[in-house]
Amino acid sequence: MKRYIVYRMLQGVVLLCMVATIVFFLGRLTGNPVDLMLPEDATAEDRVSMIKALGLDGPLHEQFLIFVNNALHGDLGTSIRMRQPAVEAFFDRLPNTLAIIPWALLMAMVIGIPLGVIAALNRGNMIDRAAGSVAVLGIAMPSFWLGILLIYVFSVELGWLPSGRMGGPAHYVLPVITLGAFLVAGFMRLIRSSMLEVMESEFVKLARIKGMSEAVVVWKHCLRNALIPVLTLWGVFVGNLITGAIVTETVFAWPGVGRLTYEAVIFRDFPLLQAVIILKAVLILSINLFVDILYAYVDPRIRLA
Amino acid sequence: MSIAEQGVAIAEAPSDDIVLDVRDLQTYFFLRRGIVKAVDGVSFALRRGEVLGLVGESGCGKSLTALSIMRLLPKGSARTIHGEVLLNGEDILEKTPNEMREIRGRKISMILQDPQTSLNPVFTIGEQLREAIFRRTRGRTREVMREAVAALRRVDIAAPEQRLGQFPHQMSGGMKQRVVGAISISGRPEVLIADEPTTALDVTIQLQYLKLLKRLQEETRMAILFITHDFGVVARMCDRVAVMYAGRIVECGPVDQVFDNPSHPYTQALIASVPKMTGSTERLYTIEGQPPSLMDLPVGCRFAPRCPYADQRCLAAYPPSFTVGAEHTADCWRMTAA
Ligand SMILES: Nc1ncnc2c1ncn2[C@@H]1O[C@H](COP(=O)(O)OP(=O)(O)OP(=O)(O)O)[C@@H](O)[C@H]1O
Ligand SMILES: [Mg+2]
Repeated sequence: MKRYIVYRMLQGVVLLCMVATIVFFLGRLTGNPVDLMLPEDATAEDRVSMIKALGLDGPLHEQFLIFVNNALHGDLGTSIRMRQPAVEAFFDRLPNTLAIIPWALLMAMVIGIPLGVIAALNRGNMIDRAAGSVAVLGIAMPSFWLGILLIYVFSVELGWLPSGRMGGPAHYVLPVITLGAFLVAGFMRLIRSSMLEVMESEFVKLARIKGMSEAVVVWKHCLRNALIPVLTLWGVFVGNLITGAIVTETVFAWPGVGRLTYEAVIFRDFPLLQAVIILKAVLILSINLFVDILYAYVDPRIRLA
Repeated sequence: MSIAEQGVAIAEAPSDDIVLDVRDLQTYFFLRRGIVKAVDGVSFALRRGEVLGLVGESGCGKSLTALSIMRLLPKGSARTIHGEVLLNGEDILEKTPNEMREIRGRKISMILQDPQTSLNPVFTIGEQLREAIFRRTRGRTREVMREAVAALRRVDIAAPEQRLGQFPHQMSGGMKQRVVGAISISGRPEVLIADEPTTALDVTIQLQYLKLLKRLQEETRMAILFITHDFGVVARMCDRVAVMYAGRIVECGPVDQVFDNPSHPYTQALIASVPKMTGSTERLYTIEGQPPSLMDLPVGCRFAPRCPYADQRCLAAYPPSFTVGAEHTADCWRMTAA
């Protein structure tokens, strides 16, 4: 198990190097980043001095070495707009995103998993179809539209919930629903199909032969097995949420890394965007590693291999 | 309740001590393209402490007979549309799902064919045994675990204390099948259905498993319905044998009588096809042709299209059960001549 974790971490490091390299060269591909960084009324001298200051006058491979060296020291450049190290800006905002992602995931699971089980148990009949439609609704509705719709109904018309910004628990409700909604369908479909497969298993038959109650058969023997393929995709789901947070946080004026990404794009804050992409990759890779360890715990066949 | 009284009355007479009485069981698959008559009028009786073999080619409906009795048919199109399954005189087809759940494991249990898939991969052996034992005893965890150890020891598993904490994938196929056996009989059932319990095992451990099953049967005096397609296994394991062909039992009788005097041409063919252990390279007898489609069964005898003795009578109507000897019957028109 230890070897497995070390192996997975090395894998993550390699992937991260690839992401960083791609981000670096893509940045250079679009011309000298200085042109993006300078304000529009900058003079030619400003440009030259900035190029010098950033070490952009050397050949590309030297620049890359500088970039790598800085990155290893935790320096991913300085945000132009905020005049603050990009890494710092990211970590300032990260807690706000991490504050909604687990709730969104939880919401998606709490709704999606039972829905999937119920759909599987009622395969082909009205209940199955109804559960399917609820889930599909979550995918079919774009987040920004769902967000705006929720704001309109619950903030503007009913006045029950705040329409944006961070604050007390009430502020979390709409962003979490918006962010989690499109994962409900993902969970539901995965659980439904893996439940259908598991329910045909011989070991389910044996559980019934033993005289186990239907509830134990379904929610213990079947579901525990059906969760395995879902868990493997958990990391992907969290990745989806981090990406999805860009829209949700923008709609709800939520000061997280999603909105930071949006701002970096809108204000052409290239060093910030570069840093955000790399740091999000770090985040997603760490979560995936964590999930794989968790997965190994749930599935003894992996744990003990 | 006349049926219940009858059950008690029967229980007092040892020669007729019937624990499971299956009468005219019919289980069909209702599919869009037609009706598959997988079990079509199966009747047999199982006495307390007896091993009854159920033999027949693949696809003749052996497993579905077993699953119909357990009321664990595959979800969807399968239905038991007719018949009675009397367990100690009570028809279990009439029971509610909850009553049936009480019966399963405690009164009637089953060993499945494939040990590789019969155990839940994500729970330990101990947990899977615990569930079954706890249902019967409702005891404390310590006591239940002690019983679990005893149950594993009874099926010849070495170091059972360690095995309890292990997962199925850490065991060999033979060991898994013994664990399945331990689980299946942990509720102390009166009737055990063993559905080809050794076909998935290595030849070397098949015999070992059969011996174990036989020993357990002698210890517990449970009745076993032993499903197999191997007449050699029948000779080793069973007291009586029922031969099944295309959803029906065509011959039934004590094993030695059926071997000495096989009366249905299908039984004769099956016995002839058992490899003889004489060492000579005798050519295996195989039955010509294919069993009929269960969706489109012939009106007459189902074996007639493959039978060397078939005549007009056989094609016209299904034969009744003729008595061949003591407790020995065969569904074949040729028996009328005798
Ligand atoms: N889900 C199903 N849908 C339609 N027909 C089925 C289905 N399952 C089984 N059958 C039919 O029922 C018949 C009996 O199946 P069963 O499993 O009882 O055979 P068996 O005698 O146990 O054979 P084997 O020795 O291969 O286990 C088969 O011929 C098959 O065509
Ligand atoms: Mg079978």
